[in-house]
Amino acid sequence: MKPAKEQGTSRAKGPAIDPSNDIEFRAVSKRYGDVTAVAGVDLAVPKGAFVALLGPSGCGKTTCLRMIGGFEQPTEGTVLIENRPMNGVPPYQRPVNMVFQHYALFPHLDVMANVSYGLRQMRPPLARTEVQRRSEEALELVRLGGYARRRIHELSGGQQQRVALARAIVNRPAVLLLDEPLAALDRKLRTAMQFELQTLQRELGITFLLVTHDQEEALSMSDFVCVMNAGRVAQTGTPREVYDTPNSLFVADFVGKTNHLSGTLEPGGVLRLANGVGLAVGGNGTGRVAVVLRPEAIRLHPEAAGRGFAGTVTHRIFLGSTVEYAVAADGLGDFLVTADRGKSDGTAEPGARVRLAFDPTALHLYPS
Amino acid sequence: MRAFVVAAYLFLYAPIALVVLFSFNAGRNASEFTGFSVEWYGKAFSNTFLVQALQNSLIIAFVSAVLAAIFGTMAAIAIERMSERARLVFDGLFAAAIVVPGVVIGIATLVALVTMLGLINPLIAGVWPGENPPRIGLGYFSVIAAHGLFTMAVVTMIVRARIAGLGRDMVEASGDLYATPFGTFRQIVLPQILPSIVAGFLLAFTFSFDDFIVAFFVSGSKTTLPMYVFASIRRGVTPEINAVATTVLVASLFLILGAHFLMRPRSNKPVEG
Ligand SMILES: Nc1ncnc2c1ncn2[C@@H]1O[C@H](COP(=O)(O)OP(=O)(O)O)[C@@H](O)[C@H]1O
Ligand SMILES: [Mg+2]
Repeated sequence: MKPAKEQGTSRAKGPAIDPSNDIEFRAVSKRYGDVTAVAGVDLAVPKGAFVALLGPSGCGKTTCLRMIGGFEQPTEGTVLIENRPMNGVPPYQRPVNMVFQHYALFPHLDVMANVSYGLRQMRPPLARTEVQRRSEEALELVRLGGYARRRIHELSGGQQQRVALARAIVNRPAVLLLDEPLAALDRKLRTAMQFELQTLQRELGITFLLVTHDQEEALSMSDFVCVMNAGRVAQTGTPREVYDTPNSLFVADFVGKTNHLSGTLEPGGVLRLANGVGLAVGGNGTGRVAVVLRPEAIRLHPEAAGRGFAGTVTHRIFLGSTVEYAVAADGLGDFLVTADRGKSDGTAEPGARVRLAFDPTALHLYPS
Repeated sequence: MRAFVVAAYLFLYAPIALVVLFSFNAGRNASEFTGFSVEWYGKAFSNTFLVQALQNSLIIAFVSAVLAAIFGTMAAIAIERMSERARLVFDGLFAAAIVVPGVVIGIATLVALVTMLGLINPLIAGVWPGENPPRIGLGYFSVIAAHGLFTMAVVTMIVRARIAGLGRDMVEASGDLYATPFGTFRQIVLPQILPSIVAGFLLAFTFSFDDFIVAFFVSGSKTTLPMYVFASIRRGVTPEINAVATTVLVASLFLILGAHFLMRPRSNKPVEG
């Protein structure tokens, strides 16, 4: 995903229509009285992509989805679906479907009637056999083939979730909107559903726009991530870009675990840390900076190695395939270090003296 | 403590139990049970005055409950779409309408109807082409209007609770799946609130059927069943009256149980596993 325009700058030319976008936000804001839920968001969701809208609770993700679905109207700006402005278009005339956070299934209808609901609203009406065939296909697709005649309350949470999914995809919408679809499932089921959603998206070729506050979910499933903060877009990019080169302290913190250091940038591109050590990081700014370092970018060596910062292991947390260490570095404070279990540095005991080594290019510097 | 509870229940239900018991009494004496018989039921329901009163009551209860169900449901839907503040006001007004004493409703309706008829009847007489213009007086219509008004509040309260429990999600989901607002009402809202509408209808029917006070004020020359019972009790309690009372009791119980059954909560809560 790419921002439709850079934030803060104004659009020089008239609206350029990009035929490859399924959804576009142009300077969209939404206010509820004094509360600004969404503040000047520009966004483009390319056709056929799996896009995640990631951000902390209350940052305006759901409001964005609801403006696409047509349940809310933007206070300012325009939402376009398949390049058509959607101002004043009611939900039932929009070519998108939504999987609601709490599924919103119809309890008085059985599974089949829930799934076929959208098809049965089509005007002119579809043939009965067509409705039947497509609904059965959708149920097969979410592996609920034998459940057509079940009542909704007879299903487990995971099954209800799949009915909600089938009910939406059966209509072959241009875009499928998913609002925290996996939040109510337990961990194991959630992982399984992550794979299923990915497979489904590839098979159907429908554009998916998924809202989540879970960074792991966003990074693992999507082609593009849009990180939001306080109603604004903080960064958009591929999961790798957002994780490896976060453009702000907020994004760095939100999309993964971080170590925070502070230091001063000196002329000649030298970063002076709190313990007096200078690191060559390049660049030409000066002044105090906030420094972020990912835990897996650090390697632990025995003290005798002689290179890197000395410190003492204070905690060790076994996470299965990886091991997490808390290390108190002399003169620098506490560090979080992730190490592969198999590697030799995965065996340091609490209390052990170690050395922390990292490549200065792994440091992310932000003006503080 | 336990004895106290038992005493309280005895106090509440013993008189009713006696009425039921003596409706099956073979003898005429209301103080001594002389054997089982259903003859008083037969006697009661071959009394033409009583049957006429019963018929009046059934017609009034049915028509007023139908009107209450229709208008009460419409009010409930309208209130749901109001702003938060307006909703509070109207919810409060409907709750208040339920607790207004029957005497007040009776007098108020009587005054309002008499005033209204005093205006309407001369108007009709003015435009009537023939000799004897019809005069609208108190009767079926006035009792139905009075009952319909206060039982409508009951329907509104019950349906309101159900609609509020439906939640915004389901209506939005239906719209998301291409249903028009009317389509959503017909396919999603109505089927789910129908049980509460029927429950409201049953309660409205019961309230109207059992009402004495309001009917006493506004029924004009028509006699409803409670009015007939009241009038005949002044000539002494007869086993015949006990039989009528027992019939009304059983019918009311069934209606209220039916309403209760229809109002039971339901949910989408998933099964375990
Ligand atoms: N209908 C509403 N009325 C008032 N405030 C709202 C409404 N919907 C959302 N908000 C506010 O807008 C902000 C963003 O909400 P939301 O989009 O639900 O966030 P998210 O989905 O990212 O958790 C929150 O501060 C929330 O309180
Ligand atoms: Mg949300």
